[in-house]
Amino acid sequence: MTEPLLHVDKLSITFGGLKAVDGVSLSLQRGTLAALIGPNGAGKTTLFAGVSGFLRPGSGRVVFNGHDITGRAPHLNARAGMTRTFQIVQPFAAQTVRENIAVGAHLHIAGRAAALREAELVAERVGLAAQLDKPASDLTVAGRKRLELARALATRPQLLLLDEVLAGLNPHEISEMIPVVRGLAASGVTVLMIEHVMQAVMNLAQHVWVLAQGRLIAEGAPTDVTRNAAVIEAYLGHGAAERLRKGALR
Amino acid sequence: MFDFSILFPSLLNGLTTGAVYALVALGLTLIYGVLHIINFAHGAALMLALYGVYVLRTRFGIDPYLALPVMVAGMFVFGYALQRVVINRASHGKDENILLVTLGLSIVMENAALLVFKSDTRSIETPYTLTTVAIGPAMIALPKIVAFFGSLVVAGVLLWVVQRTDLGRAIRAVAKEKQGARLMGIDVAHVYALSYGIGLACLGAAACFLLPAFYVNPQVGSGFVLVSFTIVVLGGMGSFAGALLGGFLVGIVESLGGLFLGDSLGQVGIYLIFIAVLLFRPQGLFGDRV
Amino acid sequence: MSGARADALGIAAFVLVVACAAFALGSNVALTFVMMALYATLMAQAWNLLGGFGGQFSFGHALFFGTGAYVQAIAQVSGGINAWAALPLAVGAAGVVGLLIGALAFRYGLKGSYFALVTLAFAEVFRILALSLGFTGGGVGMMLPLRASATNLQFASPRGYVLMLLGFVTLALAVTAWLRHSRFGASLQAVRDNEDAARALGIAPFRVKLIATVLSGAFMGAAGAFYVQAFQYIDPAIAFGATTSVEALLGAIVGGMGTLWGPVLGALALHALAELTRNLFGALPGINMVIYGSVLVLIVMFMPRGIAGLGVALRWTRRDCLGGAREHDRERTKGQP
Repeated sequence: MTEPLLHVDKLSITFGGLKAVDGVSLSLQRGTLAALIGPNGAGKTTLFAGVSGFLRPGSGRVVFNGHDITGRAPHLNARAGMTRTFQIVQPFAAQTVRENIAVGAHLHIAGRAAALREAELVAERVGLAAQLDKPASDLTVAGRKRLELARALATRPQLLLLDEVLAGLNPHEISEMIPVVRGLAASGVTVLMIEHVMQAVMNLAQHVWVLAQGRLIAEGAPTDVTRNAAVIEAYLGHGAAERLRKGALR
Repeated sequence: MFDFSILFPSLLNGLTTGAVYALVALGLTLIYGVLHIINFAHGAALMLALYGVYVLRTRFGIDPYLALPVMVAGMFVFGYALQRVVINRASHGKDENILLVTLGLSIVMENAALLVFKSDTRSIETPYTLTTVAIGPAMIALPKIVAFFGSLVVAGVLLWVVQRTDLGRAIRAVAKEKQGARLMGIDVAHVYALSYGIGLACLGAAACFLLPAFYVNPQVGSGFVLVSFTIVVLGGMGSFAGALLGGFLVGIVESLGGLFLGDSLGQVGIYLIFIAVLLFRPQGLFGDRV
Repeated sequence: MSGARADALGIAAFVLVVACAAFALGSNVALTFVMMALYATLMAQAWNLLGGFGGQFSFGHALFFGTGAYVQAIAQVSGGINAWAALPLAVGAAGVVGLLIGALAFRYGLKGSYFALVTLAFAEVFRILALSLGFTGGGVGMMLPLRASATNLQFASPRGYVLMLLGFVTLALAVTAWLRHSRFGASLQAVRDNEDAARALGIAPFRVKLIATVLSGAFMGAAGAFYVQAFQYIDPAIAFGATTSVEALLGAIVGGMGTLWGPVLGALALHALAELTRNLFGALPGINMVIYGSVLVLIVMFMPRGIAGLGVALRWTRRDCLGGAREHDRERTKGQP
């Protein structure tokens, strides 16, 4: 078995006095599109923050591409090929879409003109070509999500940590985004996405991890995980799995 | 090197000055705690209040201590109007704008005073400005002692208003969660302006206590700006207890610093404390981790 | 790369116009006006590098001005060094101060109001030190012996100073244009607009902000050195006082932060206003600053993007506490985000 691109080893993060992430371990193989799901407040975004270096873990390790990067600064991780997006979109509001994406492109491209050209190409891939000269603040929520994705893509990541890239989108927008995300994985980028939209998870993910109250409670293929009793209980409450089972038998 | 009979008066002087500093800082703490803005105009507003007390005394013969209600009310109205009409309109949702607009206001205030009163340093004379009281080996000016107790009383009143009255409850609600407060029917803009008004009203009181023992010129404001910020940051932004303690601390440091280093360099001590706190412990002595 | 070319042409045109004016204008009054306008421009440009492009508002920019001024003076008076040789020392010293203060402030994560306050505090500390220490001449200040000659960087006519300032202003324009069209400039503005997002994209905020502070400080130091050469005098109040700090930030804000020509426009407008005030009200103490302060308040209230921003169609963004999504979505055509 080849070495995983990302290996998280018993990671714990205390955040605001709470153990937001408690001994989480996972291994992500190169080239997979995987999802991290769980009820609200489960610690998914905190896990992303800990993995990418925005938060310092209390204990545990993060190994990326064979290197121990635990607690390393985010910009160094980005340069090494790990880029994250944010659940609450963070555009460079005063700049145009093109300029926004160019910032990402500049990670590997020094020249301004070349970076701007690259920004155009990336914008096309995510469907933002028509908005290139608009200020980022003028985009709709869906547009900003695409911008967030485009900016991260422009950094030519090996691993893309997508945090709820579909949140706040209507069904039509979601159905447009799904092929874009699938295209990422097809182009060789390893994707780990936090997602609440089950349609996307079932459609896209090859492997799913379920987080609840900071702990990993299940992992596996999407169909297996969604039938897991512990997972159902985490989302729907104690006894829900049993009730559902009984209901199905009747 | 320096014996008790020199240190002790310096300490007491520091305490009395510190009490007034604390009062000034309390107003700033309230403003920061509620509006989350750094009120750059705080020092200039104090300077204007000092001139107010001065004019009331020299033009109308009103004793500074008797002028308390007038000054407190007047500064309150001034603060309310300023926040409602100018500062609120300038924020556009960005903190930096508040910083700039209060800076602009402080410049206008300071130089308007310069225009009207010229740059002369002025002080007032009352029957008691020269009276001193003996405490141990120290001879402390009576106005300073009045300032000490007066500041504590006003601080107590302020804390009572904030902790025990409905108004105080509304203020604390807005400070904690303004959207929620708005949903509860609290007029947030009004509360903002009230808080700013109360903050400036503290300055009105402080001026009444300060002028008999001190002086006024258009530049005193800038001296107080950094001192009050130092106190607020030292005490922990938004902590009243911290502002009180911080005020005393700074007053003593300034007094002792002036004793050992001379007035000018003594001031440097305060600024260095300020810088050190900002860098190494921005939550101050009492604040939560920023 | 038409943006960069347009900027380059604009700068060339600007240099041409000012240089021609310098030689065409005869009266001392007119030349002095141009000189003081350029002086204000240089300070505004310096502030703009850190404040407008870097997003770090310094309220104590006089710190760098005074450092440049005093080094320029002390090098000549106490060190016997030639004025031209002292110039790089003055600019360098100001840059070094920028490096130190920036390193301290950014290492400890100061931003926003805290950064503004700390710069103010440092300016005050330097002012008090200049007042108290011997080698700065104390409260009396320092005087440069009057020896008007080009080799001495002192000129009998303001024309020489205009050209001296033009050199610095042009350099500042070039640096500003570079920020608009370079990877470093993109990094700096990214940090300004959203530091966390910038970090996620591989940008090191500390390094980027530090470089901006050094550049900003250096140019401000140049302004200080000019002052000493032009007026042969410096004292703690002028060097490190609030007036100087305010003039620097006001020019940039009034003209339009984060733009190429904002500081030029703003400084010109403010200086013209100051002259107008002087003509109308004479030399009333404080009247100038009352007007400057009022302008600052009014601009922030009604024209936050400054003069340069008037022509731009960008709408002012309001960041609400739910993180950036606009409250009203624009009408959407099918399939278009």
